[in-house]
This record gives sequence, structure tokens and C-alpha cells, in this order.
Amino acid sequence: MIEIGLGHYLTLGAIIFSLGTLGIFLNRKNVIVILMSVELILLAVNINLVSFSIYLQDITGQIFTMLILTVAAAEAAIGLAIIVSYYRNKGSIRVEEIDEMKG
Amino acid sequence: MIAHALFFYFFSIIAIVSAIFVIVSRNTVHAVFFLILDFISIACLFIMIGAEFLGMMMLIVYVGAVAVLFLFVVMLMNVTEQKLSWFRGTKKTGHIPVGLIIGTVILLELIVIVGGWRYRDSFSETEFLSFNSEFTNTHMIGNVMYTDFIHLFQISGIILLLAMIGAIVLTYRKREGVKSQSYIKQISREREDSVQLKDVEFDKGVKLDD
Repeated sequence: MIEIGLGHYLTLGAIIFSLGTLGIFLNRKNVIVILMSVELILLAVNINLVSFSIYLQDITGQIFTMLILTVAAAEAAIGLAIIVSYYRNKGSIRVEEIDEMKG
Repeated sequence: MIAHALFFYFFSIIAIVSAIFVIVSRNTVHAVFFLILDFISIACLFIMIGAEFLGMMMLIVYVGAVAVLFLFVVMLMNVTEQKLSWFRGTKKTGHIPVGLIIGTVILLELIVIVGGWRYRDSFSETEFLSFNSEFTNTHMIGNVMYTDFIHLFQISGIILLLAMIGAIVLTYRKREGVKSQSYIKQISREREDSVQLKDVEFDKGVKLDD
């Protein structure tokens, strides 16, 4: 328990990833919280890449983490733009009312 | 080693608890604040294990840009207060047990993989990308970022450009009835269109705009 290794960081990443998926599954109120859960999932991926990069002594993981950071920022911008235009058209962003496609 | 363990448990417990609060808090503004706390503690973990550049980058990009963007959108819309509980919809759906089961199964699978994981025997290191103890972390990233990973770098630039264009296209709307100056129209006026000379006869006056 005292010796912190790669497994500890991977477990932390796994826990945060599962919390993100749980947030997506359980939420029925607010699309913004779903976007935040996606951010949590990407954060877990970043934790995995950085810890592997440190423990393998290889810089590639950190470069990929920067790409994921970029994609996360772009995804947040696009998602929030979609939410804003949806709210402008419908006046609500409750998840259970977004059922035009009946998927 | 003890300090490493203490700091690891401190930051990771804060990260996990704030991740839980992100998905359960009833007030969306509080959820965004817990998301910021989560990012900050993970950035502290990154700095602690030696990825200083990425830790600072996380602080700047996530806390400085993304979380503020979330906060802005949350405050723009009137969705901060949730009347009912966070997961209970008005309609009866069986999503709560299904979601809990799926989340638990994902967590168990990941833990099993992490617990039983080890290197392949024939694992080979890539020579030119491995750490060099003479350089700092930022120096190492800078060494490879613009040489070996230049395409990745440019692709991320294109992704950001596309995101910017997409966000503008999605939220732009043309307003009707707004008075504004058209400088093209202003600077393309000719003297013949604007000024007329008239000979005014005595005691007749002049009629304009005909």
C-alpha cells in the first residue's frame, strides 16, 4: 500500500472512468452534466497515458495526452454550442424530453 | 516514498470524491466547481509524478478554458436549480438499476485487468523517445513535439480550427432590423449619385427628390 506503483494510478483512472460512465447512464436531468461526464472519461484516459509514460520512461504518452487535451477542448466547445442552439429552439435541455428521434 | 504515498492518496481521494459529486450534485454550478476541483487534483498528481508540463497544461486548458466555458453556458441557461433529484425522471424508466449494473461491471473489468497486468517479455523500448535525465520534462516534450510528432501537432491545430468554425456556425444567427453602417456602401458613393446642381429660377423655388 505504501509503495505507489503503476497499478495505483491505473486503478485511479479506472475508478474515474467508471464514475464518468455512471454519470452518463444515470443522468435524466441535464445534458451539461453528461458533457461533464465525458470530460471525466477523457481525464481518466489522460491519467492512464501519463502514468504509462512515466513508468515506461517514454515521452510518447505525454504527447498523445496533449492531443487528447485538444480533442477534449474541441468537444466541449462543439457540445456546448449544440446545447445552446437546442436550448434556443426548445427552451429546455432536460434529457428525458430530448426524444425527437425516439432512439 | 511515504510522502509520495501520502500525496497520492490525498489527491486521488479528493479526485474520486469530487468526481462523485460532479455526477450527483443537484445544482449544476456546484457540479462545475467539483469538476474544476477534480481537474486541479489530477493536475497536482501529474506534477507530482514528473509530468510538470502536462500538469500546468491541464490547469490552463481545463480550468482556465473548458470549465469556465461550462460555467458560462450553465449561467446563460436557466438550468442551475434542479427541482427533483438528480437521477429521477418524471417518467418511469428502468435506467437506474441498468446504469448501476453497467457501471459496476465496467469498474470490475478494469480492476481485473489492472490487477492481472504485466509486461510482455519481449517488450522493447523505443530508443529515441525514452527519457533523458539531462533534460527537463518540458524540454523533452519540446524536442519531439515539433520534429517527430509534427503531424500530430498540426492535426490538433486543425481540430481546434474546426471546433471554432463549428461552434460559430452552430450558434450564429442573423438578426433582422438591426441598423448598422455598411462601409462598402459608404466608400463606394460617387459624386454624381450624391450631389446635384440645379439652376434655381427667380421666384419659383426648387423641387428635390423627383
